[in-house]
Amino acid sequence: MRRRPSFSGAMLILGLVFLYLPMAVLVVYSFNASSLVTVWAGFSTQWYAELLHDEQILAAVWTSLRVAFFAASAAVCLGTLAALVMTRFARFRGKTVLASMVTAPLVMPDVLIGLSLLLLFVQMAALTGWPADRGMMTIWIAHTTFGSAYVAVVVAARLREMDRSIEEAAMDLGSPPARTFFAITLPIISPALAAGWLLAFTLSLDDLVIASFVSGPGANTLPMVVFSSVRLGVSPKINALATLVILAVSLATFVAWYIMRRREKKRRAARRMSG
Amino acid sequence: MSFRSRFCSLASAGRRRLQLGRRAVIALPMLWLSLFFLLPFALVLKISLSEARISVPPYAPLADYVDGTLRILIDFGNYLFLLGDSLYAAAYWGSVKIALTATLVCLLLGYPMAYAMARMRPRWQLVLMLLVMLPSWTSFLIRIYAWMGILSNSGLANQLLLGLGIIDAPLRLLNTQFAVVVGIVYAYLPFMVLPLYAHLLRLDPTLLEAAADLGSRRVNTFLKVTLPLSAGGIMAGCMLVFIPAVGEFVIPELLGGPDTLMIGKVLWEEFFLNRDWPVAAALATVMLALLLIPLALFHRYQSRELET
Repeated sequence: MRRRPSFSGAMLILGLVFLYLPMAVLVVYSFNASSLVTVWAGFSTQWYAELLHDEQILAAVWTSLRVAFFAASAAVCLGTLAALVMTRFARFRGKTVLASMVTAPLVMPDVLIGLSLLLLFVQMAALTGWPADRGMMTIWIAHTTFGSAYVAVVVAARLREMDRSIEEAAMDLGSPPARTFFAITLPIISPALAAGWLLAFTLSLDDLVIASFVSGPGANTLPMVVFSSVRLGVSPKINALATLVILAVSLATFVAWYIMRRREKKRRAARRMSG
Repeated sequence: MSFRSRFCSLASAGRRRLQLGRRAVIALPMLWLSLFFLLPFALVLKISLSEARISVPPYAPLADYVDGTLRILIDFGNYLFLLGDSLYAAAYWGSVKIALTATLVCLLLGYPMAYAMARMRPRWQLVLMLLVMLPSWTSFLIRIYAWMGILSNSGLANQLLLGLGIIDAPLRLLNTQFAVVVGIVYAYLPFMVLPLYAHLLRLDPTLLEAAADLGSRRVNTFLKVTLPLSAGGIMAGCMLVFIPAVGEFVIPELLGGPDTLMIGKVLWEEFFLNRDWPVAAALATVMLALLLIPLALFHRYQSRELET
């Protein structure tokens, strides 16, 4: 491979600087002693201490984590079923409809999803009395819905590229489809399920617009609290929160990278042994 | 009953159970998504045709019984209202313009990035892919918030420009259309790079070698081989940026100013501040109609990816 500076290589570096510089600025100013986010006045960790004593933010973190956990778990179940139907099932009436309902949420603007779901919940409450009040339950439904679309895309990609002959061998030997799925397919696609779960989890934690529409009084997720604070201007406490979020995501990504690399090494070693 | 017929009836019972299982697997995601994704849009259309009124919920029913007769009230007043006020047309036009600009910038920056990534060693490719995606896994809101600090009058961008002597007085960067475009590019760049990278990775390098062997210049090869073969990735990346950017609310709210009219923000204000649900629903219907063609393009690309 040629090693000489190229235009695309320079653009890649420029792009990465563009992506990471603002996050680095956030992290640096979270340790600023001054409450003005733009003037440096010495090192301090006071904003972290204030953050950890902010009852409202802590309560919102707990709400968000619970909603995200249950939404991601439900989205993995629904999304995997949708992916199975799209990649393994013969054509049937409605398959195109299902495919468009899976791809549309990936790009649909949040305001449209939020408004339409709220109108649904209001109508349902008027007709059936459920949901009587909006809150964590309605946010969970909304996040499960768009999360399952992302899971379906991730899992379908894995289902398409995996070796089908193992499934076919199991079926030829008389294993019913359900048992084949749980004994053969599921273990093979489990990394994709984990990736889909994490994606749905982070998307749920991150959502402001849809949650604002479908939430009711009392249920405030973290983005809703952060938004109402940020609207009033910059505050170093939000910088401290941002630093913790960036730290957590970086650690998780590093662990994922490490596991992937180790598995790849093992695979290569196994190939050398057998070949 | 003979053995044979009993065997056959057992087999058909098994087949029936299989059919039942198959239907259940199809039905679950189908019902969930129909109820919570498709039906809501029908309701948006319905409520956009009803009259606003002060009640809970704040709109009039489309059909009701008065003295034993069914009355159906379809009201196009909300759409006429949107037509009558030039603010709304300006907001749609502003959204499309800003989204197009941001998509173009993303493409011009993202394409070379994806190109460079696809040409690296596999081990580095994984690291770079994670590096490009990582920001999108942190909080969207916080990443937009970062630009509020950088672009403010006393922020880093102005300090840098003043320090270098390029400007004498701080520029107004925050609360402008420029800031909104920067915010959209920053937030959506990973979604442009990823599909482009996936497409460029599949590009057969022997095609490029063949072109070079036949005496094609590098620019010519790029325009005639690489670019057409990555058209699917360009389409997917552009739609992944353009469609959500048109309806964006957070970015114009935090980085935009009074002159940035975007439809997502107008819809939010009609709904939360004016509490005019029918007008918000009419705005949503028109936005969806505007996005139908881009959505169809994206769907065509995505279903090709899903089924092959």
